[in-house]
Amino acid sequence: MTPATATPETLDCRGQRCPLPVIALAERLPELPVGAVLRVLADDPAAANDVPAWCRMRGQEYLGSPEPDAYDVRRSR
Amino acid sequence: MTSLLVPAYFDAASAAPLHPVARDALVAALADGWADPARLYTQARRARQLLDAARAAVAETLDVRPDEVSFTGSGTAAAHAAVLGGLAGRRRVGAAFVHSAIEHSAVLHSAERHEAAGGAAHSVGVDHLGRLDLAGWRAVVAEPGVALAALITASHEVGTVQPVAEAAKACRAAGVPLYVDAAQSVGRVPVPGGWSLLTASAHKWGGPPGVGVLIVRKGTRWLSPYPTDEREAGAPGVPNLPSIVAAAAGLRAAAAEAETEAARLAPLVDRIRATVAATVPDVEVVGDPVDRLPHLVTFSCLYVDGEALLHALDRRGFAVSSGSSCTSSTLRPSHVLEAMGVLSHGNIRVSLHRDSTAEQVDRFLGELPEIVAALRAEAGVVGL
Repeated sequence: MTPATATPETLDCRGQRCPLPVIALAERLPELPVGAVLRVLADDPAAANDVPAWCRMRGQEYLGSPEPDAYDVRRSR
Repeated sequence: MTSLLVPAYFDAASAAPLHPVARDALVAALADGWADPARLYTQARRARQLLDAARAAVAETLDVRPDEVSFTGSGTAAAHAAVLGGLAGRRRVGAAFVHSAIEHSAVLHSAERHEAAGGAAHSVGVDHLGRLDLAGWRAVVAEPGVALAALITASHEVGTVQPVAEAAKACRAAGVPLYVDAAQSVGRVPVPGGWSLLTASAHKWGGPPGVGVLIVRKGTRWLSPYPTDEREAGAPGVPNLPSIVAAAAGLRAAAAEAETEAARLAPLVDRIRATVAATVPDVEVVGDPVDRLPHLVTFSCLYVDGEALLHALDRRGFAVSSGSSCTSSTLRPSHVLEAMGVLSHGNIRVSLHRDSTAEQVDRFLGELPEIVAALRAEAGVVGL
């Protein structure tokens, strides 16, 4: 593993039930510049499914889950 | 003024309303079929005749021999018996159980039990439309030590019909018996052949709850997972004869109407798929658009809480089910939606039956956009 050049901006949605983490992601990501990465922390099991699904529906880039309960999304448009 | 609200029951995939033929048979059998069919007096012989006739009717409808048919206490019990008995019967060959990722929880829980007892289970994935990964299936059933493979005939959650004939061919080539969970197909659509074990559930076709069917084809190695019992092969205890009689009568009636009903319901499902996608913003209609069950459709509404949507629909008189995590007792999203990688929140499954009308569907389609919009406005997610 190469160390990340910068810690991505983090959105802590732990303790929130779906769809709240996805709503928080949808609110926060447009505030970041295109190309920026947002790390969503969510422990609702549905997030593993719904964060990538949201990215697909919104044309944003899902980068994967670097660790349990964490999901990285890059603003691509 | 609101017009008189006629409730619309849209959850046939959980339990279809009792078919009138099944209801009549149930009432008659309650009067006539209460005795223990295993005994040797007149009343018992009458009960035995009713049981034999029910078995013959189910066998004829499913194109199997009567002695291949067992009645169980539910579709779930039948699935447990099929998996555990199929694995036990081939213990000498191996301990591996292959199943699709979108099996009913009864099959997945049986797989867990098998693993806990030292066996192995291999799950084969599906694509985003919910279709079995056939290449993966072919590879894994051909591995040594596979005792049994299980494939649902069509997804109970998203309606995608599975490639049963091709999966059966791969199993035959590998010498592995195939178990098909046909709960959503029996009484509605033809089930392809080539399988060794089949289960179904009477309340899905308009029979009463509490009756499952287990078919074990001749020549299949199957050992009952239960202690020895003199009665039904797949189910210990005295069978629920009145309900079995009603289930068999209901199946015969449903099968006779199946083609007509499929031709009537499939366009309604197509209308739901097309209209929901066109009139509700940010909705994902899931499942195969073509190769699907005629009566079942599933979609997910972005940013909407599935439980809130279910309750809002219930208040308008629409009974539907949901695969969203907030509606499950375990607070996990549906494993089927997970396996497909589709949106799991705001999920609704609509499943139609012989009493469902175009008017009900149109009322649903007319009211849904406003219901979803109101929930989104309430949650403050409009424009996201």
